[in-house]
Amino acid sequence: MSKVRVLVGTRKGAFILSSDASRKRWDVAGPHFAGWEIFHVNGSPADPDRLYASQSSAWFGQVMHRSNDAGKTWETVGNQFQYDGTPGTHTWYDGSPHPWEFKRVWHLEPSLTDPDTVYAGVEDAALFKTTDAAQTWNELPGLRTQKTGPSWAPGAGGLCLHTLVIDPTNPDRLYAAISSAGVFRTDDEGKTWKPVNHGLRSNHIPDPDAEVGHCVHRIAMHPSRPNVLFMQKHWDVMRTDDRAESWHEISGNLPSDFGFVIDVNANEPDTVYVIPITSDSLHYVPEGKLRVYRSRSGGNEWEALTKGLPQKDCYVNVLRDALATDQLDPCGVYFGTTGGQVYASADDGDSWEAIVRDLPAVLSVQVQTIP
Amino acid sequence: MIKVALPANLQALAGSGRMVELEVDGTVTQRAVLDALEARYPALLGTIRDAVTKKRRPLLRFFACEEDLSDIAPDTPLPDEVARGAEPLLILGAIAGGGDG
Repeated sequence: MSKVRVLVGTRKGAFILSSDASRKRWDVAGPHFAGWEIFHVNGSPADPDRLYASQSSAWFGQVMHRSNDAGKTWETVGNQFQYDGTPGTHTWYDGSPHPWEFKRVWHLEPSLTDPDTVYAGVEDAALFKTTDAAQTWNELPGLRTQKTGPSWAPGAGGLCLHTLVIDPTNPDRLYAAISSAGVFRTDDEGKTWKPVNHGLRSNHIPDPDAEVGHCVHRIAMHPSRPNVLFMQKHWDVMRTDDRAESWHEISGNLPSDFGFVIDVNANEPDTVYVIPITSDSLHYVPEGKLRVYRSRSGGNEWEALTKGLPQKDCYVNVLRDALATDQLDPCGVYFGTTGGQVYASADDGDSWEAIVRDLPAVLSVQVQTIP
Repeated sequence: MIKVALPANLQALAGSGRMVELEVDGTVTQRAVLDALEARYPALLGTIRDAVTKKRRPLLRFFACEEDLSDIAPDTPLPDEVARGAEPLLILGAIAGGGDG
Protein backbone atom coordinates (compact mmCIF):
# COMPACT_ATOMS: atom_id res chain seq x y z
CA MET A 1 0.00 0.00 0.00
CA SER A 2 1.29 3.47 -0.83
CA LYS A 3 2.43 5.84 1.88
CA VAL A 4 2.45 9.59 2.07
CA ARG A 5 5.11 11.64 3.79
CA VAL A 6 4.58 15.36 4.37
CA LEU A 7 7.81 17.27 4.98
CA VAL A 8 7.12 20.44 6.92
CA GLY A 9 9.60 23.28 7.45
CA THR A 10 8.79 25.78 10.20
CA ARG A 11 10.31 28.79 11.92
CA LYS A 12 11.56 26.51 14.69
CA GLY A 13 12.33 23.13 13.20
CA ALA A 14 11.18 20.46 10.74
CA PHE A 15 8.41 17.90 11.14
CA ILE A 16 7.67 14.76 9.17
CA LEU A 17 4.04 13.67 9.00
CA SER A 18 3.40 10.12 7.74
CA SER A 19 0.31 8.17 6.80
CA ASP A 20 -0.80 5.27 4.66
CA ALA A 21 -2.79 5.88 1.49
CA SER A 22 -6.03 6.30 3.42
CA ARG A 23 -4.55 9.54 4.81
CA LYS A 24 -6.71 9.28 7.93
CA ARG A 25 -4.20 8.62 10.72
CA TRP A 26 -0.94 10.52 10.87
CA ASP A 27 2.29 9.96 12.70
CA VAL A 28 4.05 13.21 13.61
CA ALA A 29 7.85 13.10 14.00
CA GLY A 30 9.89 16.10 15.10
CA PRO A 31 10.96 18.70 15.72
CA HIS A 32 14.09 17.95 13.78
CA PHE A 33 16.69 20.74 14.03
CA ALA A 34 14.75 22.30 16.92
CA GLY A 35 15.07 26.05 17.11
CA TRP A 36 16.29 26.56 13.53
CA GLU A 37 14.36 28.08 10.67
CA ILE A 38 13.79 25.34 8.13
CA PHE A 39 13.08 26.97 4.82
CA HIS A 40 12.68 23.73 2.92
CA VAL A 41 12.86 19.95 3.24
CA ASN A 42 12.61 17.91 0.08
CA GLY A 43 13.08 14.29 -0.96
CA SER A 44 14.62 12.69 -4.02
CA PRO A 45 12.08 11.30 -6.51
CA ALA A 46 14.72 8.69 -7.40
CA ASP A 47 15.21 7.57 -3.79
CA PRO A 48 12.42 8.72 -1.46
CA ASP A 49 14.44 7.93 1.66
CA ARG A 50 17.04 10.51 0.61
CA LEU A 51 16.01 13.84 2.10
CA TYR A 52 17.69 17.23 2.10
CA ALA A 53 16.98 20.07 4.53
CA SER A 54 17.92 23.73 4.53
CA GLN A 55 18.49 25.13 8.00
CA SER A 56 19.00 28.83 8.48
CA SER A 57 19.49 31.21 11.37
CA ALA A 58 20.22 34.91 11.68
CA TRP A 59 22.79 33.95 14.32
CA PHE A 60 24.48 30.90 12.81
CA GLY A 61 23.94 31.25 9.07
CA GLN A 62 23.22 28.44 6.65
CA VAL A 63 23.45 24.76 7.52
CA MET A 64 22.53 21.88 5.22
CA HIS A 65 21.47 18.39 6.25
CA ARG A 66 20.99 15.11 4.43
CA SER A 67 19.18 11.98 5.52
CA ASN A 68 19.54 8.55 3.93
CA ASP A 69 16.77 6.95 5.99
CA ALA A 70 13.70 9.11 5.46
CA GLY A 71 14.57 11.51 8.24
CA LYS A 72 15.27 9.07 11.07
CA THR A 73 18.87 10.27 11.18
CA TRP A 74 20.56 13.30 9.62
CA GLU A 75 24.11 14.36 8.88
CA THR A 76 25.45 17.83 8.18
CA VAL A 77 26.70 18.35 4.64
CA GLY A 78 28.29 21.21 2.73
CA ASN A 79 27.09 24.72 3.53
CA GLN A 80 29.43 26.78 1.37
CA PHE A 81 27.58 28.68 -1.33
CA GLN A 82 30.13 30.87 -3.08
CA TYR A 83 29.10 32.87 -6.09
CA ASP A 84 31.10 32.10 -9.20
CA GLY A 85 33.88 34.60 -9.91
CA THR A 86 33.57 38.19 -8.80
CA PRO A 87 29.86 38.52 -8.20
CA GLY A 88 29.32 42.21 -9.06
CA THR A 89 26.14 43.99 -8.02
CA HIS A 90 22.37 43.92 -8.25
CA THR A 91 20.05 46.83 -7.50
CA TRP A 92 19.28 47.79 -3.91
CA TYR A 93 15.98 49.15 -2.54
CA ASP A 94 17.09 52.74 -3.16
CA GLY A 95 18.22 52.00 -6.70
CA SER A 96 21.92 51.94 -5.88
CA PRO A 97 24.21 49.04 -6.87
CA HIS A 98 24.56 46.47 -4.08
CA PRO A 99 26.98 43.52 -3.93
CA TRP A 100 25.53 40.04 -4.22
CA GLU A 101 25.59 38.46 -0.77
CA PHE A 102 24.60 34.90 0.01
CA LYS A 103 21.99 34.82 2.78
CA ARG A 104 20.15 31.49 2.76
CA VAL A 105 18.83 28.55 0.76
CA TRP A 106 15.12 28.98 0.07
CA HIS A 107 14.37 25.96 -2.06
CA LEU A 108 15.84 22.52 -2.78
CA GLU A 109 14.88 20.70 -5.97
CA PRO A 110 16.36 17.22 -6.26
CA SER A 111 17.00 15.74 -9.70
CA LEU A 112 14.22 13.53 -11.00
CA THR A 113 16.67 10.69 -11.67
CA ASP A 114 19.79 11.01 -9.49
CA PRO A 115 19.51 11.17 -5.70
CA ASP A 116 22.94 12.80 -5.41
CA THR A 117 22.04 15.74 -7.66
CA VAL A 118 20.11 18.66 -6.21
CA TYR A 119 19.48 22.24 -7.29
CA ALA A 120 19.32 24.98 -4.65
CA GLY A 121 17.65 28.34 -5.09
CA VAL A 122 19.22 30.92 -2.81
CA GLU A 123 19.00 34.54 -1.64
CA ASP A 124 20.55 36.76 -3.06
CA ALA A 125 19.03 35.14 -6.10
CA ALA A 126 21.22 32.49 -7.68
CA LEU A 127 21.10 28.83 -8.60
CA PHE A 128 23.49 26.27 -7.15
CA LYS A 129 23.87 22.58 -7.91
CA THR A 130 25.42 19.62 -6.16
CA THR A 131 26.23 16.29 -7.79
CA ASP A 132 27.79 14.70 -4.70
CA ALA A 133 24.81 14.51 -2.38
CA ALA A 134 25.26 18.05 -1.05
CA GLN A 135 28.88 17.77 0.05
CA THR A 136 29.83 20.58 -2.36
CA TRP A 137 27.75 23.20 -4.14
CA ASN A 138 28.67 25.07 -7.31
CA GLU A 139 26.84 28.00 -8.81
CA LEU A 140 25.33 27.78 -12.28
CA PRO A 141 26.24 31.41 -12.94
CA GLY A 142 24.38 31.77 -16.23
CA LEU A 143 21.22 32.79 -14.38
CA ARG A 144 22.67 35.50 -12.13
CA THR A 145 24.92 36.84 -14.86
CA GLN A 146 22.07 36.94 -17.37
CA LYS A 147 21.96 40.47 -18.85
CA THR A 148 19.11 41.66 -16.62
CA GLY A 149 20.82 40.49 -13.38
CA PRO A 150 22.27 43.88 -12.38
CA SER A 151 18.75 45.37 -12.48
CA TRP A 152 17.16 42.79 -10.16
CA ALA A 153 16.00 44.40 -6.92
CA PRO A 154 14.71 42.69 -3.79
CA GLY A 155 11.13 42.86 -2.57
CA ALA A 156 10.34 43.02 1.13
CA GLY A 157 11.07 39.29 1.41
CA GLY A 158 14.51 39.61 -0.11
CA LEU A 159 15.94 38.85 -3.55
CA CYS A 160 15.23 35.15 -3.41
CA LEU A 161 15.15 32.33 -5.94
CA HIS A 162 12.23 30.50 -4.34
CA THR A 163 10.84 28.15 -7.00
CA LEU A 164 12.50 25.67 -9.35
CA VAL A 165 10.54 23.51 -11.76
CA ILE A 166 12.17 20.77 -13.85
CA ASP A 167 10.49 19.74 -17.09
CA PRO A 168 10.12 15.95 -16.68
CA THR A 169 10.11 15.42 -20.44
CA ASN A 170 13.28 17.43 -20.96
CA PRO A 171 15.61 17.64 -17.95
CA ASP A 172 17.67 20.30 -19.74
CA ARG A 173 14.73 22.66 -19.31
CA LEU A 174 14.24 24.33 -15.93
CA TYR A 175 12.20 27.27 -14.76
CA ALA A 176 13.36 29.51 -11.92
CA ALA A 177 11.16 32.11 -10.21
CA ILE A 178 12.75 35.02 -8.39
CA SER A 179 11.17 37.68 -6.18
CA SER A 180 11.09 40.28 -7.41
CA ALA A 181 12.61 39.71 -10.84
CA GLY A 182 10.28 37.22 -12.52
CA VAL A 183 10.50 33.85 -14.24
CA PHE A 184 13.54 32.62 -16.16
CA ARG A 185 13.92 29.54 -18.36
CA THR A 186 16.92 27.53 -19.43
CA ASP A 187 16.84 24.99 -22.24
CA ASP A 188 20.46 23.85 -21.78
CA GLU A 189 20.51 22.59 -18.17
CA GLY A 190 21.29 25.93 -16.61
CA LYS A 191 24.07 27.23 -18.84
CA THR A 192 22.03 30.06 -20.35
CA TRP A 193 18.77 31.63 -19.24
CA LYS A 194 16.25 34.09 -20.55
CA PRO A 195 13.48 36.05 -18.82
CA VAL A 196 10.04 34.69 -19.74
CA ASN A 197 7.63 37.28 -18.37
CA HIS A 198 5.74 38.45 -21.44
CA GLY A 199 2.13 39.11 -20.48
CA LEU A 200 2.79 39.89 -16.81
CA ARG A 201 1.66 43.32 -15.64
CA SER A 202 2.83 44.71 -12.30
CA ASN A 203 1.72 48.16 -11.25
CA HIS A 204 4.36 48.42 -8.52
CA ILE A 205 7.12 48.91 -11.10
CA PRO A 206 7.56 51.98 -13.29
CA ASP A 207 7.02 50.04 -16.52
CA PRO A 208 4.19 47.61 -15.68
CA ASP A 209 5.05 45.16 -18.46
CA ALA A 210 8.83 45.37 -18.18
CA GLU A 211 10.98 42.39 -19.12
CA VAL A 212 11.90 41.84 -15.44
CA GLY A 213 10.89 43.24 -12.06
CA HIS A 214 7.74 41.18 -11.48
CA CYS A 215 7.14 39.79 -8.03
CA VAL A 216 6.35 36.19 -8.90
CA HIS A 217 5.38 34.23 -5.79
CA ARG A 218 5.13 30.69 -7.11
CA ILE A 219 4.85 28.66 -10.32
CA ALA A 220 3.59 25.11 -10.80
CA MET A 221 3.41 22.52 -13.57
CA HIS A 222 1.60 19.23 -14.10
CA PRO A 223 4.20 16.66 -15.23
CA SER A 224 2.00 15.34 -18.04
CA ARG A 225 1.67 18.78 -19.63
CA PRO A 226 4.99 20.57 -19.31
CA ASN A 227 4.16 23.39 -21.71
CA VAL A 228 1.54 24.69 -19.29
CA LEU A 229 2.52 26.52 -16.11
CA PHE A 230 0.42 28.29 -13.53
CA MET A 231 1.61 31.30 -11.53
CA GLN A 232 0.57 33.12 -8.40
CA LYS A 233 2.04 36.57 -8.79
CA HIS A 234 2.05 39.31 -6.15
CA TRP A 235 -1.23 40.25 -7.74
CA ASP A 236 -2.80 38.12 -10.47
CA VAL A 237 -3.04 34.40 -11.06
CA MET A 238 -1.54 33.65 -14.45
CA ARG A 239 -1.20 30.81 -16.95
CA THR A 240 1.04 30.03 -19.89
CA ASP A 241 0.44 27.40 -22.56
CA ASP A 242 3.72 27.82 -24.41
CA ARG A 243 6.56 27.17 -21.95
CA ALA A 244 6.27 30.66 -20.49
CA GLU A 245 6.77 32.48 -23.78
CA SER A 246 3.54 34.35 -22.96
CA TRP A 247 1.27 34.54 -19.92
CA HIS A 248 -2.40 35.43 -19.54
CA GLU A 249 -4.46 36.19 -16.46
CA ILE A 250 -6.85 33.59 -15.00
CA SER A 251 -7.78 35.31 -11.71
CA GLY A 252 -11.45 35.27 -12.69
CA ASN A 253 -13.82 35.37 -9.70
CA LEU A 254 -11.24 35.01 -6.90
CA PRO A 255 -12.00 37.23 -3.86
CA SER A 256 -8.38 38.42 -3.97
CA ASP A 257 -5.92 37.76 -6.75
CA PHE A 258 -3.06 38.20 -4.28
CA GLY A 259 -1.60 35.10 -2.68
CA PHE A 260 1.53 33.03 -2.40
CA VAL A 261 0.79 29.39 -3.25
CA ILE A 262 -0.39 27.58 -6.35
CA ASP A 263 -0.36 23.90 -7.28
CA VAL A 264 -1.96 21.41 -9.63
CA ASN A 265 -3.99 18.26 -8.94
CA ALA A 266 -1.97 15.10 -9.65
CA ASN A 267 -4.71 13.50 -11.74
CA GLU A 268 -6.39 16.46 -13.41
CA PRO A 269 -3.93 18.84 -15.14
CA ASP A 270 -6.56 21.58 -15.33
CA THR A 271 -7.43 21.45 -11.62
CA VAL A 272 -5.53 24.18 -9.84
CA TYR A 273 -5.44 25.33 -6.20
CA VAL A 274 -4.72 28.77 -4.75
CA ILE A 275 -5.30 30.39 -1.35
CA PRO A 276 -6.27 34.06 -1.75
CA ILE A 277 -4.73 36.46 0.75
CA THR A 278 -5.65 40.06 1.51
CA SER A 279 -3.00 42.50 0.45
CA ASP A 280 -1.22 44.82 0.29
CA SER A 281 -0.24 45.13 3.92
CA LEU A 282 -2.57 42.69 5.71
CA HIS A 283 -1.30 39.34 4.47
CA TYR A 284 -3.98 37.17 6.01
CA VAL A 285 -6.98 35.41 4.51
CA PRO A 286 -9.96 37.60 3.47
CA GLU A 287 -12.93 38.06 5.82
CA GLY A 288 -11.43 35.86 8.56
CA LYS A 289 -12.21 32.77 6.44
CA LEU A 290 -9.60 30.22 5.44
CA ARG A 291 -10.62 29.13 1.95
CA VAL A 292 -8.77 27.15 -0.67
CA TYR A 293 -9.96 28.02 -4.15
CA ARG A 294 -10.07 25.35 -6.84
CA SER A 295 -10.49 25.76 -10.56
CA ARG A 296 -11.37 22.65 -12.56
CA SER A 297 -11.14 24.49 -15.85
CA GLY A 298 -7.53 25.62 -15.78
CA GLY A 299 -8.41 29.01 -14.31
CA ASN A 300 -10.93 31.85 -14.38
CA GLU A 301 -13.77 29.89 -12.73
CA TRP A 302 -12.93 29.27 -9.08
CA GLU A 303 -14.89 27.60 -6.27
CA ALA A 304 -14.28 28.07 -2.57
CA LEU A 305 -13.38 24.91 -0.62
CA THR A 306 -14.32 25.42 3.01
CA LYS A 307 -15.41 22.11 4.52
CA GLY A 308 -13.30 21.55 7.62
CA LEU A 309 -11.53 24.91 7.41
CA PRO A 310 -12.19 27.76 9.88
CA GLN A 311 -14.76 30.20 8.48
CA LYS A 312 -14.58 32.89 11.12
CA ASP A 313 -11.91 34.68 13.17
CA CYS A 314 -9.06 33.20 11.14
CA TYR A 315 -6.16 35.52 10.29
CA VAL A 316 -3.34 33.31 9.08
CA ASN A 317 -1.18 33.48 5.99
CA VAL A 318 0.02 30.62 3.78
CA LEU A 319 3.54 31.20 2.50
CA ARG A 320 4.77 30.44 -0.99
CA ASP A 321 6.30 27.00 -0.45
CA ALA A 322 3.55 25.82 1.91
CA LEU A 323 1.05 24.04 -0.37
CA ALA A 324 1.65 20.73 -2.12
CA THR A 325 -0.21 17.77 -3.60
CA ASP A 326 0.39 14.03 -3.42
CA GLN A 327 0.23 11.58 -6.34
CA LEU A 328 -2.72 9.46 -5.18
CA ASP A 329 -6.24 9.24 -6.61
CA PRO A 330 -8.19 11.07 -5.32
CA CYS A 331 -5.46 13.63 -4.98
CA GLY A 332 -4.30 14.72 -1.55
CA VAL A 333 -3.76 18.44 -1.02
CA TYR A 334 -1.79 19.83 1.92
CA PHE A 335 -0.94 23.27 3.21
CA GLY A 336 0.59 24.85 6.28
CA THR A 337 -0.21 28.21 7.85
CA THR A 338 1.66 30.87 9.74
CA GLY A 339 -0.55 29.84 12.68
CA GLY A 340 1.12 26.44 12.76
CA GLN A 341 -1.69 24.31 11.35
CA VAL A 342 -1.08 21.75 8.62
CA TYR A 343 -4.33 20.95 6.82
CA ALA A 344 -4.85 17.92 4.59
CA SER A 345 -7.52 16.91 2.11
CA ALA A 346 -7.69 13.33 0.83
CA ASP A 347 -10.47 14.08 -1.66
CA ASP A 348 -9.16 16.65 -4.15
CA GLY A 349 -9.87 19.49 -1.72
CA ASP A 350 -13.56 18.77 -1.06
CA SER A 351 -12.98 18.40 2.69
CA TRP A 352 -10.14 19.20 5.06
CA GLU A 353 -8.77 18.17 8.43
CA ALA A 354 -5.87 19.51 10.43
CA ILE A 355 -3.09 16.93 10.80
CA VAL A 356 -1.48 19.16 13.44
CA ARG A 357 -2.63 22.50 14.81
CA ASP A 358 0.08 23.99 16.95
CA LEU A 359 3.40 23.89 15.15
CA PRO A 360 5.60 26.98 14.79
CA ALA A 361 4.75 29.11 11.75
CA VAL A 362 4.97 26.90 8.66
CA LEU A 363 7.42 27.96 5.96
CA SER A 364 7.21 25.00 3.58
CA VAL A 365 5.24 21.84 2.87
CA GLN A 366 6.51 19.16 0.52
CA VAL A 367 4.80 15.82 -0.12
CA GLN A 368 6.29 12.47 -1.04
CA THR A 369 4.11 9.67 -2.38
CA ILE A 370 5.88 6.39 -1.76
CA PRO A 371 4.73 3.36 -3.76
CA MET B 1 43.34 21.97 27.19
CA ILE B 2 41.35 24.99 26.09
CA LYS B 3 37.73 25.14 27.17
CA VAL B 4 35.05 26.56 24.87
CA ALA B 5 31.41 27.00 25.91
CA LEU B 6 28.94 26.63 23.04
CA PRO B 7 25.39 28.00 22.77
CA ALA B 8 22.57 25.45 22.66
CA ASN B 9 22.03 25.51 18.89
CA LEU B 10 25.67 24.77 18.23
CA GLN B 11 25.75 22.03 20.85
CA ALA B 12 22.95 20.30 18.93
CA LEU B 13 24.80 20.73 15.66
CA ALA B 14 28.11 19.50 17.04
CA GLY B 15 26.54 16.72 19.05
CA SER B 16 28.47 17.98 22.07
CA GLY B 17 27.77 19.23 25.54
CA ARG B 18 27.99 22.88 26.52
CA MET B 19 31.70 22.75 27.31
CA VAL B 20 34.16 21.29 24.83
CA GLU B 21 37.89 20.87 25.40
CA LEU B 22 40.41 21.39 22.63
CA GLU B 23 44.14 20.99 22.08
CA VAL B 24 45.53 24.17 20.56
CA ASP B 25 49.10 24.29 19.27
CA GLY B 26 51.16 27.47 19.61
CA THR B 27 49.81 30.79 20.76
CA VAL B 28 46.21 30.60 21.91
CA THR B 29 44.32 33.12 19.81
CA GLN B 30 40.71 33.43 18.71
CA ARG B 31 41.69 32.17 15.25
CA ALA B 32 43.64 29.19 16.66
CA VAL B 33 40.77 28.19 18.95
CA LEU B 34 38.16 28.43 16.20
CA ASP B 35 40.40 26.51 13.79
CA ALA B 36 40.70 23.73 16.37
CA LEU B 37 36.97 23.83 17.12
CA GLU B 38 35.99 23.54 13.44
CA ALA B 39 38.55 20.76 12.86
CA ARG B 40 37.05 18.78 15.75
CA TYR B 41 33.43 19.55 14.79
CA PRO B 42 33.19 20.12 11.01
CA ALA B 43 29.43 20.63 11.36
CA LEU B 44 30.25 24.03 12.87
CA LEU B 45 32.01 25.29 9.75
CA GLY B 46 30.45 28.57 8.72
CA THR B 47 28.21 28.86 11.78
CA ILE B 48 30.52 30.94 14.02
CA ARG B 49 32.50 32.78 11.37
CA ASP B 50 32.10 33.01 7.65
CA ALA B 51 33.67 29.96 6.02
CA VAL B 52 35.50 32.04 3.43
CA THR B 53 36.24 35.45 4.97
CA LYS B 54 36.60 34.03 8.52
CA LYS B 55 34.77 37.10 9.86
CA ARG B 56 32.74 36.56 13.02
CA ARG B 57 29.06 36.20 12.33
CA PRO B 58 27.60 39.52 13.44
CA LEU B 59 25.10 38.21 16.01
CA LEU B 60 27.63 36.06 17.88
CA ARG B 61 29.83 37.30 20.71
CA PHE B 62 33.02 35.98 22.31
CA PHE B 63 33.45 36.55 26.06
CA ALA B 64 36.16 35.44 28.50
CA CYS B 65 37.24 36.53 31.97
CA GLU B 66 34.28 38.93 32.10
CA GLU B 67 35.48 40.78 29.00
CA ASP B 68 33.96 41.10 25.55
CA LEU B 69 36.63 39.84 23.14
CA SER B 70 34.36 39.79 20.09
CA ASP B 71 36.11 42.54 18.21
CA ILE B 72 39.75 41.88 19.03
CA ALA B 73 41.98 40.99 16.10
CA PRO B 74 41.76 37.21 15.51
CA ASP B 75 45.49 36.72 16.06
CA THR B 76 45.62 38.57 19.38
CA PRO B 77 46.58 36.19 22.21
CA LEU B 78 43.61 35.33 24.42
CA PRO B 79 43.91 35.91 28.19
CA ASP B 80 46.29 33.63 30.10
CA GLU B 81 43.40 32.08 32.02
CA VAL B 82 41.88 30.88 28.72
CA ALA B 83 45.24 29.67 27.42
CA ARG B 84 45.78 27.68 30.65
CA GLY B 85 42.26 26.23 30.55
CA ALA B 86 41.34 27.90 33.83
CA GLU B 87 38.58 29.95 32.17
CA PRO B 88 36.48 29.09 29.10
CA LEU B 89 36.06 31.10 25.95
CA LEU B 90 32.31 31.71 25.87
CA ILE B 91 30.55 31.80 22.48
CA LEU B 92 27.13 33.37 22.79
CA GLY B 93 24.29 34.36 20.51
CA ALA B 94 23.23 37.98 20.94
CA ILE B 95 19.95 38.40 22.82
CA ALA B 96 16.99 38.57 20.44
CA GLY B 97 15.37 41.31 22.49
CA GLY B 98 11.93 39.75 22.23
CA GLY B 99 12.15 39.40 18.48
CA ASP B 100 11.02 36.40 16.48
CA GLY B 101 14.34 34.62 16.98
